Amino acid sequence: MAKPMEQIKWQELEVGSVVVEVGNALEYETGTWRSEKPVVNKTQCIKCGVCWLFCPDACIVKAPEGHFEANLTYCKGCGICAKECPVGCITMTGEEE
Amino acid sequence: MDRFSVFSSRLVDKSENFTSGHRACQGCAEALAVRHVMKALGRDTIVAMSTGCMEIISSPLPLTAWKVPWIHNAFENSAAVISGCEAGMKAMMRKGIIPQKKINFVAMGGDGATADIGMGPLSGALERGHDMVYICYDNEAYMNTGIQRSSSTPFGASTTTSPAGKDSMGQHTQKKNMPQIAVAHDIPYVATACPSFPFDLIEKVKKAAEMPGAAYVHILSVCPTGWRIQPQDAIKYGRLAIDSCVFPLYEVVNGEYRLTYTPYRKLPVTEYLKGQGRFRHLTDKEIQLIQDKVDRDYQKILKRCEEGR
Repeated sequence: MAKPMEQIKWQELEVGSVVVEVGNALEYETGTWRSEKPVVNKTQCIKCGVCWLFCPDACIVKAPEGHFEANLTYCKGCGICAKECPVGCITMTGEEE
Repeated sequence: MDRFSVFSSRLVDKSENFTSGHRACQGCAEALAVRHVMKALGRDTIVAMSTGCMEIISSPLPLTAWKVPWIHNAFENSAAVISGCEAGMKAMMRKGIIPQKKINFVAMGGDGATADIGMGPLSGALERGHDMVYICYDNEAYMNTGIQRSSSTPFGASTTTSPAGKDSMGQHTQKKNMPQIAVAHDIPYVATACPSFPFDLIEKVKKAAEMPGAAYVHILSVCPTGWRIQPQDAIKYGRLAIDSCVFPLYEVVNGEYRLTYTPYRKLPVTEYLKGQGRFRHLTDKEIQLIQDKVDRDYQKILKRCEEGR
């Protein structure tokens, strides 16, 4: 886990502040921003992948059974998948404490 | 070139070169556009990015959402930096320091970096004819710093520096037609795209990367925060912009125009304007002005497409 910026000393930075690790934004969990989460009705899903194609956070993954599910670690709960689903099998439900 | 003959999400590249964990707002269509662009380009890509939304959300210092070499630039010089990268890599390949390989050189910028601040270096890079692709993410204002107007802001839009009120109707100048400026440079490929039409976008970016010489792709990316719409409507408004011909999808290959998408039924601009908070104050008179301008511009594009045939 990369340390937050305020805990990094200047000696630890690479020359020119180069980030040497690729794609390490995965360590930042944007799922904590969410107030609503998408819930997929597995029997209704036609496995077309439209939700996967339109997710701005690339958080929708194909489940082993073939339908698509949101990875709640990164899902920001924008609701695009629920809006764009051609069969309407995704509903946004409120997060509970 | 492999063209999509069947539109199926299964044919789209599964690898993500722009990963999750970036800090875009909910429903950011610009992040979606970057994701589609990176799917089209693949791993052998060098990206130079101007300051803007996409730059700050994807690379807060210890973290990066990119899986390709990526260079941070000031607002104005991404086109100049990628020109240097291209020339340098070409020289190293010629001298045998690195193996011969097809590498995509991509400069990216927002509409402020493209149409306002970085216009000179971009014009220079297009004129010199480097083998590069310039991609402009047009969200129609400086969204990163708090929705200030840019020269790409459309007529009538309310922003924080062109606010609507008693004595003002928002932005009072017309949107700068950046794709036409790129066409005027006589470059091999210019296209307009929108992430609401992902197959079209991916195809155009692939084509732009394969064309020798400079290419320019202008992508309309809906910004729910700045356009004052709900995050889940981001894709819908992109689609409405194209169906109402506010932003026609076309490509210009070696000067020949081709319309890549014709709306099934041309919608009136009110369909696109209503529901957007930034156009909420417009009266019928101003909407008529916008409609006339949209019709005139669309007829111009149609005429050029006819001539190309």
